[in-house]
Amino acid sequence: MRKDLVWLFAGILFFGLLYLLNWGVKAISTDLLVWIGAFLTLAILSFLYQDNAFYKFAEHLFVGVSAAYWMCMGFWNTLVPNLIAKLHPPIVKGVLPAIAEKPPEYWYIIPAALGIMFLMRLSPKAPWISRWALAFIVGTTTGLNLVRYLRSDFLGQIKSTLIPVIVVENGSLSVGGSFSNIVIVVGVLCGLIYFFFSKEHKGLFGVASRVGIYILMITFGASFGYTVMARISLLVGRMRFLLGDWMGLLQ
Amino acid sequence: MIRFKIRLALILISASVLLLFGYISSPGQELEAPPEPLPAPPTNVVISDDPNDDGHTTIVSWQLSRDDGAGLNNVMAYEIFRSTSPEGEFLQVGVMGKGLDSYIDRGEKEKTRNGEPNPRYIGAGIDYYYKMRAKSTTGTYSEFSELVVGQAKNNWYHTGKTNIMIAVLIFSGLVIYFITAAKRGKELYVRPIAGIDAVDESIGRATEMGRPILFVLGTGTAADLATIAGYTILARVAKMTADYQTKVLVPVNEPVMLAVAQETVKSAYMEAGRPDMYDEQNIFYVTAMQFPFVAAVCGLMIREQTATNFYMGIFHAESLILAETGAITGAIQISGTDQLAQLPFFIAATDYTLIGEELYAASGYLSKEALLLGPVKAQDYAKVILLTLLGLAVITWSFGWGFFKSLISTIS
Repeated sequence: MRKDLVWLFAGILFFGLLYLLNWGVKAISTDLLVWIGAFLTLAILSFLYQDNAFYKFAEHLFVGVSAAYWMCMGFWNTLVPNLIAKLHPPIVKGVLPAIAEKPPEYWYIIPAALGIMFLMRLSPKAPWISRWALAFIVGTTTGLNLVRYLRSDFLGQIKSTLIPVIVVENGSLSVGGSFSNIVIVVGVLCGLIYFFFSKEHKGLFGVASRVGIYILMITFGASFGYTVMARISLLVGRMRFLLGDWMGLLQ
Repeated sequence: MIRFKIRLALILISASVLLLFGYISSPGQELEAPPEPLPAPPTNVVISDDPNDDGHTTIVSWQLSRDDGAGLNNVMAYEIFRSTSPEGEFLQVGVMGKGLDSYIDRGEKEKTRNGEPNPRYIGAGIDYYYKMRAKSTTGTYSEFSELVVGQAKNNWYHTGKTNIMIAVLIFSGLVIYFITAAKRGKELYVRPIAGIDAVDESIGRATEMGRPILFVLGTGTAADLATIAGYTILARVAKMTADYQTKVLVPVNEPVMLAVAQETVKSAYMEAGRPDMYDEQNIFYVTAMQFPFVAAVCGLMIREQTATNFYMGIFHAESLILAETGAITGAIQISGTDQLAQLPFFIAATDYTLIGEELYAASGYLSKEALLLGPVKAQDYAKVILLTLLGLAVITWSFGWGFFKSLISTIS
């Protein structure tokens, strides 16, 4: 805690110095919300040094507010329109007038029952009932996801690999096009061999597997650089907030 | 005589000049263009059912107007109208350009919208009336075509997907075969996976150091495939921690995931014969929001000084934040995800990474159960078939023989 206080005083000293030097601090924000945002941003960023009281405060505030926010969102965006309004529409007349006129749909009793079964986890006598609801939720969602994954990942990849390895353009062989397609096809085939688990990766099979993992690593390297650039833009956004919106150093 | 002729000529010229001047100087007396002839309507309009759908689509086909590409050659488009009764209000459902002779009328699936009947709805077994007209380049319209009627039908079988059905049947057959074989005691080989082999070592290290283990199931949902694979690895880790009497912490970001994780850990402790060691408080809900969840997990790592961190499931932008914080604490870190964008971060910042399908295979490898090993083996054999077909398709297509290409194209 002593270190935390040292940091607090260092922060106060820093801004005091800025003020004394009259270095652009005249334009510092007078909006209380901006000050709260700046304080919380600095509190979270202080984790870069080490865990401290400010970080703990910001973390707990962040977690508490978000948990409460999601609970309210879940109630008003899911339970009210998708369950309560379906079973007894007039009850939502004040908040969802368009739905209030609809006839009730009583088959929504089934998800309501599943929800109650799920809450039976809290009962010390019959927590096993919640497993039925769990099994239903996980089973059906997995089944639906399976089809989605099959379409987007598996079949999509096959389609993208169906390319000729000999490319002819304007009646003559395109060396660049053919090389590019060969790299794609060999990359996919070797990548698939790397993910073959029924055989030890030795000999020729091992070579193909190694080529597969090299290609994967090159892809990951490119993806790493690309994503880091996106993250840098997030940091730039925060810095703009601190230096611009808050301190007024940026025009 | 000559003088008379000259005078006559002058008179005629003067009259002509006057007439011409009068024509030019009297605006509004332009010559009216003759009315443009209207284009002929399309003919032989036919309504048929879309053969491979769930009863919400019809196909409208017609014979082109005789002024489309021939005759007056002034057709620009065709407008298609639909109604549920011959006398009812017709809704324009589509416009097709000149030269086109069919239109797929994809109706909406909701009967009502905001409490009112949805005019764009198409249902199976209902009569729909159609009429069409041609639009000319100058914006005039032909007469309407004859009124025709048709219905959409529910189709139980998609004729274009027979190959997929065969592929699914082959794969299902392989799964059943390998599960049965494993149950009969046949040993099914699965190659060692580095990240999984390190699990035992990392738990042992945590036990020696007297520090807890952290298991993060990601920020996906409870039913994501990667999260489900994560439960299997969690079960293995929990069983070992029960044996070694080491604490395992599982923060989660979804209520359903919380319930499944608690059940998984509880079952593992019971299987290990240590139900007394199970503490429900160690598997806890934090929040559903991504970054508050990450802030809490990072704080947990630092405060609890976890010796081993597992990240198994769906991860998003938080992957590097978690892995870097774990690295700062000096923990051994094992990660696994099928999220392509996050794998590079895990590879860079954790000690072992299960890449994509390795995560799924790990569940079978760890448990050695027939039900989990069977699908892993079946997938491998499906890959062999796929590799062969793909290789054949690419090579034969390059030399102009498209049989295998068309075979795979229909599957994908």
